Amino acid sequence: MTGIYAENSEGIFKKSVLEAASYASQISTDGVTAICIGSPKDGEADKLAKYGVTKLKIVEGLTAFDAQNYSQAIAANLNGIKTLIMANTYEGKSLAPRVSVLMKASLATNVVALPDTSNGFVVKRGVFSGKGFAHVQLSRDHKIVAITPNSIELKEKLVSISIEKTSFTETVKLTTITASNKAVGKIPLTEAEIVVSAGRGMKGPENWGMVEELAGLLGAATACSKPVSDMEWRPHSEHVGQTGITIKPNLYIAIGISGAIQHLAGVSSSKVIVVINKDPEAPFFKAADYGIVGDAFEILPQLIAAAKAAQN
Amino acid sequence: MKILVCMSVVPDTTTKITFTDNNTKFNTAGVQFIINPYDELSLTKALEITEKLGGSVTVATVGLAYTDAVIRKALAIGANDAIRINANPIDGQFVAEQLAAIAQQGGYEMVLTGRESIDYNGGQVCGLLGALLNWPSVNVCTKMDVVDGKAHFERDIDGGRETIEAVLPVVASAQKDLCEPRIPNMKGIMAARTKPLTVVEPIAVDGFGQYNAFENPIAKQAVKLFDAQNAAQLIDALKNEAKVI
Ligand SMILES: Cc1cc2nc3c(=O)[nH]c(=O)nc-3n(C[C@H](O)[C@H](O)[C@H](O)COP(=O)(O)OP(=O)(O)OC[C@H]3O[C@@H](n4cnc5c(N)ncnc54)[C@H](O)[C@@H]3O)c2cc1C
Ligand SMILES: Nc1ncnc2c1ncn2[C@@H]1O[C@H](COP(=O)(O)O)[C@@H](O)[C@H]1O
Repeated sequence: MTGIYAENSEGIFKKSVLEAASYASQISTDGVTAICIGSPKDGEADKLAKYGVTKLKIVEGLTAFDAQNYSQAIAANLNGIKTLIMANTYEGKSLAPRVSVLMKASLATNVVALPDTSNGFVVKRGVFSGKGFAHVQLSRDHKIVAITPNSIELKEKLVSISIEKTSFTETVKLTTITASNKAVGKIPLTEAEIVVSAGRGMKGPENWGMVEELAGLLGAATACSKPVSDMEWRPHSEHVGQTGITIKPNLYIAIGISGAIQHLAGVSSSKVIVVINKDPEAPFFKAADYGIVGDAFEILPQLIAAAKAAQN
Repeated sequence: MKILVCMSVVPDTTTKITFTDNNTKFNTAGVQFIINPYDELSLTKALEITEKLGGSVTVATVGLAYTDAVIRKALAIGANDAIRINANPIDGQFVAEQLAAIAQQGGYEMVLTGRESIDYNGGQVCGLLGALLNWPSVNVCTKMDVVDGKAHFERDIDGGRETIEAVLPVVASAQKDLCEPRIPNMKGIMAARTKPLTVVEPIAVDGFGQYNAFENPIAKQAVKLFDAQNAAQLIDALKNEAKVI
C-alpha cells in the first residue's frame, strides 16, 4: 500500500502535495491513501483525486503543529501503508524523519525522480548541494520518500476518492507555538515556478522596484544573493544558495549576481537559468541557458515592457 | 546546561565534486574538509548559552580518523570535549542512531544539529534524534535561547517564521542567521591540543539502505546570448522556445 502525507496550509493542498500524489499513484498498483491533519476546504479532495488519490483520511483532534504529535498521528493512521510519499517542505522535513523512526522505515529526502524498481527500490536524490545525485537503494520493508518540490512532473490520473474521518488524541505537547508570521498572498520561494533574483549589481535596495515589477508581471517570487540579505537590502527569507534556501523553479532569472559557487549551490537545479550581468566573464554565464551581457538598469526596463506586451 | 553539538565534517563549499570507483564513491583526493557551516552556528550558539547559564559543550562527530583535525578546530573554537564515533557517516539514519546512543549516555539537556549537512544533505538528523530519544525536535531555528529551564526558538516555516517554546531536553537544528560563527584564536588553538577527544566504536544498527552510485548534474549547453539593445528577444525566447513563461 502506498500513501502520502497531504500537508495543508489553512485547508489548502499546495502543488507539492499534488506532486507527492502523482508520484504515489505512478508507483502504486492498489490505490493511494492520503493522510491529512486538520480539515481541507471544500473541493480540495477533488484536487487529490485528479492525481490518483483514492482515499483521503482526515485526522482530527490535533491543535497547533507539533512535530512529535503530528508524526505520531501519521504513524497511527498508516493502516498498512508501506511506502509513504511526502513533500520535502519545512513541515515535511520536520515530520519525515520522526515518522521513519516510528515506522522503522528507510528514509530518503531530497528525492528528485520516480524510483527504479527493476531491482529493489532505488531512488535518485540530490546530494552535495546540487553538485551531485545519488542512487540509493532503500532496503527496509517500509519506506519514506520525501520529494523536492518542482521535481516531479504532475501526471493526471482521475479516480474517485472516498473520505474517511478519524481522530487522534494528542499526547502531552512539549512544544508551544507562541507567534507565527506568514507572508499572506505571496508565493513561497520554494514553491514558485518562476523566480526573479538580484544581487549586489543592483547597487541598493531603492532599485528593487524594477525587480519586483518584472516578478509581478511573470507571476514570479523574488530572491536575492547572500550579501544583499546580509546588508538588509532584502529580507533574509529571500536569500538563496548554499547557506540560504535551495530552489528548483522552472525559470530562474539572475540579475547582477556573479554566480559564486555557493550561490549556484542553491539554484543550479533550476530548469532554465537566465543571467543578466554587465561582466561577460561573470561565472554565472557558464551555468546559464540564456543571457544578456549588459547593464541591468538598461535591460530591466526593456524586459518589463516586453513582458507587458507579451501579456496583451 | 550540558549541550551536545552534533557536528558533521564536510568538503569545503568551493569543492568541485567528483566520484571514483566507477562512480560509487565520492572522490576525496585533494579535498579540504571543514566544519559543516550550520554546525559552526550551533556550536557558537551552544557556547553562548553555556557562557550565560554555565555548563559544558561536547562535540560529537560520526567520522573516520581524517575528521580529527576538524574536530580539533571545534575544540579551539571553545567546545570542552569531543567524541568521535569511528565510522563512515554516509547514511543519515545510521548517523542518528550513533548520536542518539551518545546523547542518551551523556545526560544532555540539549542536542543541537545543523539544518542539514552540505554533503549528503539529508536534513534528517534533527528529527531522527527527536524521535529516537522521544524528545521534542525543533528544526531550522534562526534564534535559540534557554530561559528559566525552557528553550525558546524562532524558526523558519513554509512561507514565514514562528516562535516556539519547548521543554527540555530538546533537539534543535540551526539555520543561517542564528548567530555569527566564532573563529578560533591562538589561545583556543593551544588549549584545544590538550582537550579530550574520545574515539568510540559504532553501535550495531540494522541497515536502512545503500548508496549504489553517484552522478554529477548534466553539464549545461553553452549559454545563448541576446543583444543588450534588444532585450525583448529574451522574453520571446522564454515564451516560445523554452516555454517557461
Ligand atoms: C561558506 C559560504 C557560504 C555562502 N553562501 C552563499 C549563499 O547561500 N548564497 C549566496 O548568494 N552567496 C553565498 N556566499 C557568498 C558568495 O561567495 C558570493 O560572495 C555572493 O554570492 C556574491 O553575491 P553577488 O553576486 O550578489 O555579488 P558580487 O559578487 O559583488 O557580484 C555582483 C555582480 O553584479 C554585476 N553587476 C554590477 N553592476 C551591474 C549592473 N549595473 N548591471 C548588471 N550587472 C552588474 C557584477 O558584474 C557582478 O558579477 C557564501 C560564501 C561562503 C564563503
Ligand atoms: N557524521 C555526522 N556526525 C555528527 N553529526 C552529524 C553527522 N552528519 C550529520 N550530522 C548532524 O546532523 C545535521 C543534519 O545533517 P543531515 O541530516 O545529514 O543533513 C548536521 O548539521 C549535523 O549537526
